[in-house]
Amino acid sequence: MATANLDATFAALADPTRRAILARLAKGEASVMDLAKPFDMSQPAISKHLKVLERAGLISAGQDAQRRPRRLEPKPLAQATEWLERYRKFWEPSFNRLDNLLEELNNEEKRKEKRHGRR
Amino acid sequence: MAGDERQGTKMSPAKPGGDFKISPHGDREIVMTRSFNAPRQMVFDAMTKPELIQRWLLGPDGWTMPICEVDLRVGGSYRYVWRHSDGKEMGVRGTFREIVPPGKIVHTERFDQPWYPGEAIITAILTETAGRTTLRSTIQLSSTEGRDGMLKSGMERGVARSYDRLEEILATN
Repeated sequence: MATANLDATFAALADPTRRAILARLAKGEASVMDLAKPFDMSQPAISKHLKVLERAGLISAGQDAQRRPRRLEPKPLAQATEWLERYRKFWEPSFNRLDNLLEELNNEEKRKEKRHGRR
Repeated sequence: MAGDERQGTKMSPAKPGGDFKISPHGDREIVMTRSFNAPRQMVFDAMTKPELIQRWLLGPDGWTMPICEVDLRVGGSYRYVWRHSDGKEMGVRGTFREIVPPGKIVHTERFDQPWYPGEAIITAILTETAGRTTLRSTIQLSSTEGRDGMLKSGMERGVARSYDRLEEILATN
């Protein structure tokens, strides 16, 4: 995977509208019109976003000349999100453990307060 | 949303995974957020006192942290070494750039393993509302090469798993 491609991928992912478009396409292919609907955006505006996503290799356009439905290209996206997964794999179980530790510390503090005659 | 259960009697513990969120910002930043049912001084202590850090900052099951040294002052450094039950070791070190207890810590991070070249800069912000503390941590890699190196090493383990998380990652925060 070339660095230039990855930069395009991350630039494409940085925009919330484009992330929402990808999330929509994760559920199945859709035409430009379908995609424009939930965003309250003109078709040209959506088309611009789609172009960015296409250049980044994150989506492709189907053969149907009329609708040209867009679909997700899962592989580059999965490659990009692997970066986040590494962090998640470390931090999620750590934070869950921190929940338990904080509960213990909270309880300790309460016990101490009781001992000092406060509630 | 259990923010109003102040007395703590019926406070249901966060669901597994809590409200953890992670998303890319630009092409070399990651932002993580997570909230905790504790005042922020307590969370700050848990993040900075070695005897507490060693009890939670352990990643997946199977790891312990036999070495945990923290010199908590601007310009001071820290050193963590993790050990897996199979004998594998992993280490990280860094320097504190800004410390504003109990709300902010900025530090560098460099792993012993060549996960990624160069340093990352971590900015951790703690905010407290009604006894709950939210941590927002921004990880900035020094270069996109760092990100690519990390990706490459991750690639060796396959990418199928991360596709499961897609919708969550794409959620517009």
